[in-house]
Amino acid sequence: MSEFTEKLILPDIPNLHQLDVYERHGGYQALRKAMGMKPEEIIEEVKKSNLRGRGGACFPTGMKWSFMPKQSTKPKYLCANGDESEPGTFKDRQIFECNPHLFIEGAIIAAYAMGVTTVYTYIRGEYAKWIAILQKAVDDAYARNYIGKNILGTGFGTEFVIYRGAGAYICGEESALMNSLQGERGYPRVKPPFPAQVGLYGCPTTINNIETIANVPIILNRGAEWYWKIGAPKQPGTLLYGISGHVNKPGVYEFPTGILLTDLIYNYAGGVPGEKKIKAVIPGGSSTMWLRGEEIEGVKMDADSLKAVGTAIGTGGVIVMDEDTDVLKVLARIAHFYHHESCGQCTPCREGCGWMEKILNRFLAGDGTMSDIDLLMDVANNIEGNTICALGDAAAWPVQSVIRKFREEFEARAKKSPTAPKPVTPPHLVTTFDA
Amino acid sequence: MLSKENFEKLERLKSQYPTTKSLSLPVLWMIQEQHGWISPESMQYVADLLQLPVSHVYGVVTFYTMFNTKPVGKYHLQVCTNVSCLLRGGEELLDHICKRLHVKRGEITLDQRFTVTEVECLGSCGTAPMLQANDEYYENLSTEKVERLLDEWSKG
Ligand SMILES: Cc1cc2nc3c(=O)[nH]c(=O)nc-3n(C[C@H](O)[C@H](O)[C@H](O)COP(=O)(O)O)c2cc1C
Ligand code: SF4
Ligand code: FES
Repeated sequence: MSEFTEKLILPDIPNLHQLDVYERHGGYQALRKAMGMKPEEIIEEVKKSNLRGRGGACFPTGMKWSFMPKQSTKPKYLCANGDESEPGTFKDRQIFECNPHLFIEGAIIAAYAMGVTTVYTYIRGEYAKWIAILQKAVDDAYARNYIGKNILGTGFGTEFVIYRGAGAYICGEESALMNSLQGERGYPRVKPPFPAQVGLYGCPTTINNIETIANVPIILNRGAEWYWKIGAPKQPGTLLYGISGHVNKPGVYEFPTGILLTDLIYNYAGGVPGEKKIKAVIPGGSSTMWLRGEEIEGVKMDADSLKAVGTAIGTGGVIVMDEDTDVLKVLARIAHFYHHESCGQCTPCREGCGWMEKILNRFLAGDGTMSDIDLLMDVANNIEGNTICALGDAAAWPVQSVIRKFREEFEARAKKSPTAPKPVTPPHLVTTFDA
Repeated sequence: MLSKENFEKLERLKSQYPTTKSLSLPVLWMIQEQHGWISPESMQYVADLLQLPVSHVYGVVTFYTMFNTKPVGKYHLQVCTNVSCLLRGGEELLDHICKRLHVKRGEITLDQRFTVTEVECLGSCGTAPMLQANDEYYENLSTEKVERLLDEWSKG
């Protein structure tokens, strides 16, 4: 087990969501400190801390902030991403519920560091309860002059607006999020230009995940030196691990990055019901590549360690499947999800996701054939890397990994009869250069 | 069509965004809260109110799954069957509800009291299986628990 056990983001303090309680435990001290620093010094400190984004792509936060132009004739924006729709992910809502002021404080510090005039927090529409909790916290922070035109009498001002989504996974993708905030359909944009140049309303914009921003006051209070010693050096800090599926105690657990996956499953989440064996684990939300049960021994939960075993930390949402799980059924459900959520702009994603779902359903109905396995892989390979946004990749990765790791499940379900009808091979969508 | 309260709210919201287009989602939410769904007439009304083409409003309403384009029951039951819920009985829960209410997925009961919808992950995977009834989450469900909820909702 890990030596560092302090909970930084979700400490066990009753009623911490209330401003008075938050202040009594040192709340908004980081903001005061930040206001005494130069904006560049804050960005430098965040860079030094090695904080990496918690929204899935693990991008270094300080570096992202430094992309924002120092001088700009246009207003600059920060979009806080609380769309949280990746299956297996349920951590940001915990921050809204238990420690909303930590996030608000981090967002105001970020706004000051980047010269942002408005912070827009985008929250998925289903989170009505958590939107209300956050709105109350924001109103209280306004009343105490932590947000507003002249924050703490420093002359710096920024506004804080909450925007309610209306049900669309794709709006978590940063450029779709900006379009949605502009009152449009949530279509991802072609990049470049990147948001730091042309973002929300065509102005310089930074997008960060809620958990990422919640780390900022901690870094300022304790210092980057202290922060980067926690957990895995290249992706330090604590992480809100969400664990679900076949475990005795599913939930959100805060531990340093780099803990053992087996510790998380067996020591913290209470192991598998009925002492069953594990068949498969999805380590970081539905978009990440699967691991077989036999592979999880010794695997650490941080970006580099998971990359080394061919998958990713993603959102830190671990899904455990016991030995009795029908992996093809689970994969078909995931394929259905991506098909349903594809915005339809790119042909490979729009059509390919549908084909993958169809082929997988053929296997579930007992109509799959041996050649369908290769066809499925082919479709996935032709989606990956050929689309505007990463939803296409996210749809392809689980399929590719399950074919690689559980081929025998497909073969066992495939029709053996030589008279099985040959499936019609769909035309290739795009010619890949390395083909 | 907007209530007086919502009209005032809208006035306050205007200062928060540089364009009126951004008000599309907030206004549609207000309409849905008042009427339960967004009718073609409502879309025209929103278009006029925000001075946007009605095609824009229609495009937005149909893009987002939470906007109802037909009336829903007094209780809109949205059951998640995505991975984590699937692994903990979400499918069975949904089937159970449909059977008891004599509807198929996506349908409304004859008495207009319930609409049952299958939905994607609601960010409640650690407390699966679960459902959302209107704006409320009901988590860690079992058939017994859901039976009790349905009994209650059938009365109230
Ligand atoms: C299809 C798709 C869905 C995404 N959903 C979310 C989400 O719900 N929340 C989130 O923070 N990031 C999400 N992301 C990642 C964002 O695009 C972006 O990388 C992230 O918000 C940046 O924040 P970070 O640097 O703090 O991680 C999604 C990406 C894709 C491609
Ligand atoms: S990859 Fe899929 S979701 Fe992303 S822009 Fe293309 S069609 Fe839309
Ligand atoms: S999978 Fe059902 S709430 Fe996430």
